[in-house]
Amino acid sequence: MISILTTIGIVVVLGREALLFFQTKEVSLGEFFSSTTWEPQIFEFGIWPLVRSTLMVGFIAVLVAVPLGLATAVYLSEYASDRARGLLKPVLEVLAGIPTVVYGYFALTFVTPLLRSLLGVSLVEIFNVASAGIVVGVLIIPLVSSMSEDALHAVPLSLREAAHGLGATKLEVSLRVVLPAALSGITAAIVVSVSRAIGETMVVAIAAGAAPRNWNLGKDGLFSTVLNPFISGETMTGHIVRISGGDLSYNSIDYDSVFAIGLMLFLMTLSLNMLSRRFVARFREVYE
Amino acid sequence: MTAGEFPEGPQLDAQINRRRRRGAYLRISFLASLIVAILALLTLLFNIVNSAFGLVALESEVAPAALVEALGLDTTSSALVDLSKDDLVAVLRTNVNNNVGRRLERDQRFYDDRLVFETQTKWDELCGRAVDRPAGCSTGARGRDDVYALVIEQIVQPKVRETWLLFDSIFHRAGIEERAAALYPSADLVFRSWLSVDFVTSPQSPQAEVAGVRTAILGSLWIVGVTILFSFPVGVGAAVYLEEYARDTRLNRLVQTNINNLAGVPSIIYGMLGLAIFVRVLEAFTSGAAFGGVEGSVTANGRTVVSAGLTLGLLILPIIIINAQEAIRAVPQSLRSAGMALGASQWQTIRAHVLPNAIPGILTGAILAVARALGETAPLVVVGASTFITADPTGPFSKFTALPIQIFQWTSRPQDEFRNIAAAAIIVLLVLLLMLNATAIVLRNRYARRV
Repeated sequence: MISILTTIGIVVVLGREALLFFQTKEVSLGEFFSSTTWEPQIFEFGIWPLVRSTLMVGFIAVLVAVPLGLATAVYLSEYASDRARGLLKPVLEVLAGIPTVVYGYFALTFVTPLLRSLLGVSLVEIFNVASAGIVVGVLIIPLVSSMSEDALHAVPLSLREAAHGLGATKLEVSLRVVLPAALSGITAAIVVSVSRAIGETMVVAIAAGAAPRNWNLGKDGLFSTVLNPFISGETMTGHIVRISGGDLSYNSIDYDSVFAIGLMLFLMTLSLNMLSRRFVARFREVYE
Repeated sequence: MTAGEFPEGPQLDAQINRRRRRGAYLRISFLASLIVAILALLTLLFNIVNSAFGLVALESEVAPAALVEALGLDTTSSALVDLSKDDLVAVLRTNVNNNVGRRLERDQRFYDDRLVFETQTKWDELCGRAVDRPAGCSTGARGRDDVYALVIEQIVQPKVRETWLLFDSIFHRAGIEERAAALYPSADLVFRSWLSVDFVTSPQSPQAEVAGVRTAILGSLWIVGVTILFSFPVGVGAAVYLEEYARDTRLNRLVQTNINNLAGVPSIIYGMLGLAIFVRVLEAFTSGAAFGGVEGSVTANGRTVVSAGLTLGLLILPIIIINAQEAIRAVPQSLRSAGMALGASQWQTIRAHVLPNAIPGILTGAILAVARALGETAPLVVVGASTFITADPTGPFSKFTALPIQIFQWTSRPQDEFRNIAAAAIIVLLVLLLMLNATAIVLRNRYARRV
């Protein structure tokens, strides 16, 4: 029953503190969801600067992880011999078992200098969203590949045999028969990986920067600021860690604002996870 | 070729060849993706090892050889490291001013039978006081190694001027030597392993050269201990209930969905839950105040080992439940039926047949979950790990820091030396995780053989 209590706990705690936050006179729900300035010192609480970085990290991560993870899954499930699979799967498991703070170290001390030397020091800031996104992508490759592989495995052998029987090559079987048949499971994997990337904390706290990047659609260029992955930008999770890592006094507006962000994050990941569960349920129905 | 028309002869061969070629290309690209993932892992490990060892330019305030020479000893035959305790105390006596010397002596005496910096009358007066008695009154004398450490810390004061990566240290040694000679003429260029026995056994320090991870390792172990005590019994209990007792009602299905959803909640949200519930609402219990026996200096309101352990416990609970459920489900139904048929009650059947059969699976799942807890950082930061403490945790109500927190702190510092010790700390953490996983495998094999 503790699990139910935990859920209720999460909802009540986040909800109550977030409610306190919205009740203070400096904050309005409208401003929270429309303003693109997060500046607690002058009581500007617009969630968008944080959401922007979060979504960009998520997007870059998915861009890295989905092709790599999916190709890995197809290779392991359709091509690899049993021996090769036994050798290669542990590597992915090790990748999945490394603590995220280690990935954060990797992002800051390897990927960022690499990006800076490839693209120029003036273009890429020391703390940047791109580096964090790429590393989060690497971090979720094992998730994407293991969930996709499960989905591919669930496709009945008879479908493959039928396609081979019609003269299809191995590739055609994999891409045109097995992949579409496993599509709902693969979609589920992608959705879960987005949720994981959004909730990922340590990599962005270390590598993405420690100040919210405020922006203004009218004034700032779309590509120089709003969609530029090479400048720093604090994400929702990064902000929560930085604020609550300091000496935070209870009942301050900072404390409450962190819970409002947390509630938002919780709702985002929860809905993504539920969406993914729905996809999985669908592909189970078809083949079991 | 129009639709519905089949190619023949050489045209057909060409088409088949084309299709096969495409297949081969893509097969290579699939394999390449996998190799990219493996390369990422290798780069990551290389990057860490690269930082954890390498050349450093070490510059001392006072050259060790000069100290030996000042004692009137031959510098070619005796080095500072080899000096006896008496010689080292003499070095301290001549090079440290009296105030510092007295402070050191009050912390801990140099000899049991005589004083070096203090006078006997002053000492007796200090130790006769009811309050504020120096620690040195009641503790024994310093050992030889301790005095040596003091000489290094107080007089020699080695400072790292610049550090180089392992790769450069090996392949560009000449360039580094040139640069070090030009920039730091009085510095020694030495090869340093940032990961050493000292690193593992020393407490945290603001100086990267002498900082260690003992405090953090002990903190991690305490936290994980609390986590296991809380989540293992609860998790296994919940799994047994859900698999063996629960009927397929709406409520139970809700619980099941709920557990699955909880497993997907970002860890930082658990941190916030821990902050609000364990640290604030239950402060009286988690700070130890409700149980009495609070040691004033080591307690920090609710931000204690217990709070952190319970928070991580909640975090890994869904993982333990799900794994234990799978293990229990894998026990053949026939075993249960056989037990029941012999007249055993349901609990007897579970205890004597189901659990022993499921225990390898349960343990493996639990150990993997604990490995997850050991590497978890974000919730601990939120719950309020102390960023800088040098005192080892003494119990469940101590302030704490943990290995991943330490890595996070050091990584966030701009100086190079802190990157180096962060890398060394990462190696320690990875070794701990590796040991846990190895234990999981050994345990699984042993139980699997017995049952």
